[in-house]
Amino acid sequence: MNRALIPLIAFIVLVVFLGIGLTKDPRKLPSPFIGKTAPAFTLPLLHELDKTFSPKSMLGKVWVLNVWASWCVSCRAEHHVLNSMIKKNKVNLIGLNYKDEVADARRWLGRYGDPYQLSVSDVEGLIGIEWGVYGVPETFVIDKKGIVRLKHTGPVTNKDVEEEIIPLIKLLEKE
Amino acid sequence: MKRLLIILSLFISLTTLEAAVEVKTFESQQQELRYKKLIEELRCLVCQNQNLAGSDAGLAQDLRKQVYKMIRAGNSDDEILDFMVTRYGDFVLYRPPFKATTFLLWIGPFIILAIGMLVLIRFIRQRKNVVITTLTNNDKEKLKQLLDEDKEQDK
Repeated sequence: MNRALIPLIAFIVLVVFLGIGLTKDPRKLPSPFIGKTAPAFTLPLLHELDKTFSPKSMLGKVWVLNVWASWCVSCRAEHHVLNSMIKKNKVNLIGLNYKDEVADARRWLGRYGDPYQLSVSDVEGLIGIEWGVYGVPETFVIDKKGIVRLKHTGPVTNKDVEEEIIPLIKLLEKE
Repeated sequence: MKRLLIILSLFISLTTLEAAVEVKTFESQQQELRYKKLIEELRCLVCQNQNLAGSDAGLAQDLRKQVYKMIRAGNSDDEILDFMVTRYGDFVLYRPPFKATTFLLWIGPFIILAIGMLVLIRFIRQRKNVVITTLTNNDKEKLKQLLDEDKEQDK
């Protein structure tokens, strides 16, 4: 083999590795919650602040927690996906309204539609920290035993719903 | 020269700049030092390659608040780091622990260094061989003559 080719080959290998690096999203982190019990909380309902919701009440059901906020631009892009997911499938969708003003959040749901069975209000963002939220919107799928099985950071697309979320929910329903 | 110094000093001041001007009161100076050290060591997750100390992102502010609260509540540094890792994963640490998923991160540079050393050693050895093999008997004769001439001139 021609020795002069060695630097060229090394360079190509480097370029390939850097190329692979470019296709990955550095914002996507593995969630340490997968396979672990979902963090507990008790928060007031967005629409009835004197009532509370806690994940315990969802035991025995497969459910989806979607973290959203009225100030979050990509949540708006995601919202019609959630609306159509709800129309086509039976999903227990709970909203976690993260670091938002109650009035803004209610107005937002009024304008764009409310796909959630209920939303809880996390004004301080403390429950967000408990759930390791770092980029809204985030979506979690929780199984009947209360264990987190999937985390999706960033807006979900129709493709994510059809190829990932709904098949997983169907699988978990059978467990 | 003076201008260069001014420019350099600007860079120095930039590296020590902290995004946040927050008033936080501590019970002791030791607590404050711990707080400063922890927010240096924890990564801001929404901003690539900034620590909590250097970021003004909303999440960074919340996490600084959390660190502060835990220090005031008497939690140890390890407890605080554990709290962050169980929620955000090893990525939140600027110095992740050594384990199966991170060993390449820690060992990788040394592996590359070792490969580089091997290549260098081989290269040096080969070059030596080349020098020796290209000297024919004829060359050696010539060399000897030249050296002898040189010696006589020196005398």
